[in-house]
Amino acid sequence: MRFVDEYRNEADAQKFVQAIRQVVTRPWTIMEICGGQTHTLIRTGIDQLLPPEVTLIHGPGCPVCVTPLELIDKAIAIARRPEVIFASFGDMLRVPGSETDLLSVKAQGGDVRIVYSPLDAVKLAQKHPDRQVVFFAVGFETTAPANAMAVWQARQLGLTNFSILCSHVLVPPAIEAILSAPNNQVQGFLAAGHVCTVMGYWQYEPIAEKYRVPIVVTGFEPLDLLQGVYMALKALEEGRYQVENQYVRSVSREGNVPAQRLVGQVFQACDRQWRGIGLIPGSGYGLRPEFAAFDAEQRFDVAGLTAQESALCIAGEILQGRKKPHECPAFGSQCTPEHPLGAPMVSSEGACAAYYRYGRAQ
Amino acid sequence: MNQESPVDFSLQCPIPISDYPTVLLAHGGGGRLTQMLIERMFLPAFHNPTLESLHDGAVLEVGDARLAFSTDSFVVSPLFFPGGDIGSLAVHGTVNDLAMCGARPLALSAGFILEEGLPMEDLWRVVQSMQEAAQTVGMSVVTGDTKVVDRGKGDGIFINTTCLGLIPAGVHVSPRRARPGDVVLINGAIAVHGIAIMSVREGLEFETSLQSDSAPLHDLVARLLDVAGEGVHVLRDPTRGGLASALNEIAAQAGVGIRLEEARIPIGEEVRGACEILGLDPLYVANEGKCLVIVAREMAETVLAAMQDHPLGGEAAIIGEVVAEHPGKVFLRSRIGGVRVVDMLSGEQLPRIC
Repeated sequence: MRFVDEYRNEADAQKFVQAIRQVVTRPWTIMEICGGQTHTLIRTGIDQLLPPEVTLIHGPGCPVCVTPLELIDKAIAIARRPEVIFASFGDMLRVPGSETDLLSVKAQGGDVRIVYSPLDAVKLAQKHPDRQVVFFAVGFETTAPANAMAVWQARQLGLTNFSILCSHVLVPPAIEAILSAPNNQVQGFLAAGHVCTVMGYWQYEPIAEKYRVPIVVTGFEPLDLLQGVYMALKALEEGRYQVENQYVRSVSREGNVPAQRLVGQVFQACDRQWRGIGLIPGSGYGLRPEFAAFDAEQRFDVAGLTAQESALCIAGEILQGRKKPHECPAFGSQCTPEHPLGAPMVSSEGACAAYYRYGRAQ
Repeated sequence: MNQESPVDFSLQCPIPISDYPTVLLAHGGGGRLTQMLIERMFLPAFHNPTLESLHDGAVLEVGDARLAFSTDSFVVSPLFFPGGDIGSLAVHGTVNDLAMCGARPLALSAGFILEEGLPMEDLWRVVQSMQEAAQTVGMSVVTGDTKVVDRGKGDGIFINTTCLGLIPAGVHVSPRRARPGDVVLINGAIAVHGIAIMSVREGLEFETSLQSDSAPLHDLVARLLDVAGEGVHVLRDPTRGGLASALNEIAAQAGVGIRLEEARIPIGEEVRGACEILGLDPLYVANEGKCLVIVAREMAETVLAAMQDHPLGGEAAIIGEVVAEHPGKVFLRSRIGGVRVVDMLSGEQLPRIC
């Protein structure tokens, strides 16, 4: 298949592996930000092809994993209401809240529907004027433009039965949080190619400068990742710290400016809780005051709902890359995809799920 | 934004959901939850040696004859889809379960659960389609039943079919017969049925010329048994849960390991494209006209040639082998040369966020 097979070629992969072996002279630790990248690494076995000097740490770039428990509980409370059609991307339905998950709410009669685009949720609101349609707007900068467009369209259409439960998160503040943590081990980053497709990579330049780390904007195919790792290692070995772009076929420095403009018209930066990590200042998007009417938290009066996470699993350490999933005592025993203790075991992009599914525990 | 002070990383975790008080869709998804339901509820309740063989159908000895007996229910939505409908599927699915025991199908039963308000025209189309499919297989629907439920308590039509067949002498097909050294084959491109159905599901319509691969496999199986006889060790149709779940079941039941070569698994361009976009792994997507065949190594080329000669096996391929290592597990060598485990499907495959 064009645009896919070119990036999954064994001979080319071996060339990159050789080049990586030649460039590495000492141990380095690199974090790939995005959960999609983690899954490619594990699914295609790249982690096993790399020389032992290279340690890959799996970052917090899994929107499902970092959505706070409190918000899952709010989603569940809203989805249980009889007048509500609760629309969500499929990934979110299995994430455990304090007591249950959205799939169970559906099994108990809640009208929970999987949609593939937030605009489909807007269509649902048009089709069911007598119901309240709530879309679970989660994700990084990648999904922000489509979610902004949904709210924008709902206002244009004059819909009073559409709202979003918003839990948007942003990558650059998370990178800063990781780098400024006292026991940080990360020496270089693979930035998330699709986030940068939307936002560009100029925001990362001051971070690379301030913390003296190379950041390589990287794609999601196996050869993208091998090349990204190679570029990061070469920069580390040569003592360079700058932003480089491996994913040139998709990413420009400025990004998708019309999309950014729309996002800026609907959302504004806000502080955000990250599940398993804590509050990161300025790390989220919330609706601007002029769109407050589309805020499901206010419409359904769940803003006061709080939840207490238990301390059974080490999701926080996993999401910060301090530990590998199989180093968790619960991994594969008390915690499995059927009975997840933490979100990283649920999501298709979660590091624990990747390790479990692709057998990195044995 | 305060960039100077480090974030206070408290380590938190959600409370476990230790069990399911209600049935979830995933309990019928063909993956691990289905397996758990069978192992923890049905097997202990109904326990008997025939059931515990965990084959696609039961094998019963009656006098000198060996009868194969299999049942399946069909709840597909939409009722009519590219390449088939619930009627033809209800015939093919059960005939295939029976064929996977190495049996020749004899007769079929049909139970209909109809929803009040179903257009009679739709029912007629389904019934005609079932009759055509049964005729193609050379079988008759010899008994049946009809129930109607209140509007809103069904999904148009649910169909249960049961098939009875005869296992020829000298045929011994069972998942437990997989043994190290055996070769794993499949008769064509995977994941077609699941993607064809998804392409017409409400909310996800995408344009494709894909047609379901729904087809009766009894004739293909008969041909393979003719050329390889006892050399055919295992037959399995990888329906719900896909190739990955079927091979995991075989590996567990036979106590062997299975190794796959990703690059050798046939898969069409359109299916790959759809899976890439939706974030689905084709190894877990349903098939309805595919047959996994595990044969003695010395018979592999003969069986491959016989499959490729058959109208339902043009794209047949050798995709892997049975090994003594890692019993109960399936490994896959990726296109770029890495190796990973292929686990059983856990829950429904859900499309990803980004």
